[in-house]
Amino acid sequence: MDRTIDEFAAAVGTVDAVTVEGAATRGGALPGVPAVNAPAGIVRIDAAEMVLECGAGTPMNEVHTALAEVGQTVSIPSGGTIGGALACGISDITRLAHGPMRDVLLQTQFVGASGKVTKAGGPTVKNVSGFDLCRLLVGAYGTLGFFGEVIVRTRPLPRSSRWFTTDSDPFELLAGLYRPVSILWDGKTTWLRLDGDPGDVDVAASGFRLRQVDGPPPLPGPHRWSVPPGELRALRSEIPGSFVAQIGVGVVHRVEPQLRGPVDPAIRQLHDRIKQHFDPSGRLNPGLDPLAVGIRS
Amino acid sequence: MTDEVVAALQEQIDPARVRSGATETRLYRRDASNMTGQAGVIVFAESTADVQAAVCVAARLGLPFLARGSGTGLAGGAVPPDGAIVISTSKMNQIISVDAENRQAWVEPGVLNLDLSKQVAHLGVHFAPDPSSQQTCSIGGNVANNSGGPHCLADGVTSAHVLALEVVLPDGSITVLGGEDPEQNGLDLRGVFVGSEGMFGVATKVCVRLMQNHPDVATMLMEFDSVAEGAQLVSDIIAAGIVPAAVEMMDQLCLQAVEAWLHAGLPTHAAAALLIECVGAAGQVASEMAQIRMLAAARGVANVRIAADEGERAELWKARKGAFGAVANVKPNYYLHDTVVPRARLAEVIEKVYEITARYGIDVINVFHAGDGNLHPLLVYDAREEGTIDKVHEAGREIVAFSVAVGGVLSGEHGIGLEKRDLMPLMFSEVDLSAQEALRLAFDPQLIANPNKVLPNPATCGDMHEVPDGAWI
Repeated sequence: MDRTIDEFAAAVGTVDAVTVEGAATRGGALPGVPAVNAPAGIVRIDAAEMVLECGAGTPMNEVHTALAEVGQTVSIPSGGTIGGALACGISDITRLAHGPMRDVLLQTQFVGASGKVTKAGGPTVKNVSGFDLCRLLVGAYGTLGFFGEVIVRTRPLPRSSRWFTTDSDPFELLAGLYRPVSILWDGKTTWLRLDGDPGDVDVAASGFRLRQVDGPPPLPGPHRWSVPPGELRALRSEIPGSFVAQIGVGVVHRVEPQLRGPVDPAIRQLHDRIKQHFDPSGRLNPGLDPLAVGIRS
Repeated sequence: MTDEVVAALQEQIDPARVRSGATETRLYRRDASNMTGQAGVIVFAESTADVQAAVCVAARLGLPFLARGSGTGLAGGAVPPDGAIVISTSKMNQIISVDAENRQAWVEPGVLNLDLSKQVAHLGVHFAPDPSSQQTCSIGGNVANNSGGPHCLADGVTSAHVLALEVVLPDGSITVLGGEDPEQNGLDLRGVFVGSEGMFGVATKVCVRLMQNHPDVATMLMEFDSVAEGAQLVSDIIAAGIVPAAVEMMDQLCLQAVEAWLHAGLPTHAAAALLIECVGAAGQVASEMAQIRMLAAARGVANVRIAADEGERAELWKARKGAFGAVANVKPNYYLHDTVVPRARLAEVIEKVYEITARYGIDVINVFHAGDGNLHPLLVYDAREEGTIDKVHEAGREIVAFSVAVGGVLSGEHGIGLEKRDLMPLMFSEVDLSAQEALRLAFDPQLIANPNKVLPNPATCGDMHEVPDGAWI
């Protein structure tokens, strides 16, 4: 890593308002607030343990490249830094098969509002020792602590990974295909990704008359609507092409923002209490409220 | 005090389901660990409203409460602090709704793990976490402990299979954490509630993810001349980019104990055996099996038994999951640990387990999730032999300390509870623990939700109760 976790903690300090600069891919530093940068650099990749350890400031492209060299990958979107991706907690379009991104974080050394280095989680792929602070920190937008170092769970690259398209009903594909990695639908056309043994992918592709394509379609943006996957059928009444929906997941990529309902007071109170206990003076990413951030692409 | 509590509870809950008799309070004073407490009152909840009523009484009177599922926990998580209101969720056992298309279901917390999978089997799906106790453990208990199981190697533990939770918070308010929609604004409170061991409130409804059943499955049993050889093959398999659905190891004493009971044709002459299961589409299963056999041959593994049909597969799994019961063929009592170590250190740690237990003169059976490095050394003993319990206790502490020292963790799936509470400093600094305490205080400012568990430092918990008799901490 290009600096130690203790140097990072010293930069975060103990008193003043502070934000994280990162790569500014997902919003970056808050304007007008002194910014710090987390350590960058890969510490270790261990394919036999399926883990990667690195500084939170490490670019995701560097992570993906290094993992690919040992036949591994990690379910974190490309672009920006790994710390920024985890802080925002937004999954990529493979969530249908790979689950939400929040599940990949095994351990982190983060710097809290007191300026102290704090460990959450454990280095092994399975761990229930104590409360699950890793899940708390993923998607907290750096309001409870700043990621310094992280250990994430990796997985082997599939032997074959291909994108297809079809005009078939996406819900029938969801019902009939065995664990597709992604099914995207714009109201008319369906795109899907199948991973696995090349022969199995061939069988599925011919069975469902899929046409191979180079990759997924461009996603309308910048907004991501979050709806129960059971409500996606209702999109049939909308103009084809005005959205791309992740079938079986419930994320809908759109140009216009989603109107969200009011927050349950009990949820608001829990958020406020957690913030109060972790950052009483509100100096970490001051003014940022995870409940109000909304989902950004 | 008890009369007042009972009266307050019976005002809002059917009096027949509020019990404080000697029979009930004794029955509910322990879980499947070796520890006991003393329940004050037991509420047999049938609804969220019952749970809320009980929690509100506890909050108003400042009494400790804890929810309890099937009581199969091994870390003392459901051992009541003295005088606690125990809220049994066993009667809340309905599957509320199933969304077959999107493979989700809302269930009550008292639904048994295996019952859920059986009830949805006709839809071609199952609930992936499969603890060995899955015939009796409840979904609510799985949520509290973030339970695992042999098949969590590929599909993840309970947290990865819970989408939303209706909960009664320790102040009696009801809310939903997470949701069926995937990207709610705000913190992942669902994620922190799972595995919080009853200290953040009571789950009253659980939205679970159901996984597609696999079109093909292959199960094989391999025998080894040493534990180290078996452990090495596990690392070889994962390093080759294969993640089997399950990789389980049984050592010789385990094989012998199980064989004496089940007569499954286990290789009792072998130092260890690996039970490996590959699942998926036919081509993938075939290629993984072939690769694994090649890797095994390269390590000199001579005997590989492949389950010929569903019956033989079930028999092999019965042998694995029944191992704890088979202990009775060796000694009447056992004490089970649950550390996780890096796969590369498995052989070294098992050797250390043998060395430690031999030094204390205790028999040990090893049966564990080798694929994710999750050890389950069973220290078997006879509690009637004087001084044995102290030796088992000391040996266990050494095993846990060694596991953590090589880069492992205290618990992979059983939780901390009372049992490992005071071992938490082996893994976490005071600063680390204070962050966990901060999260707890946010959920439970009164410190009444299953107090005295998980976190070792009672500094902020002046009203905590003493550790129950027999607690092995």
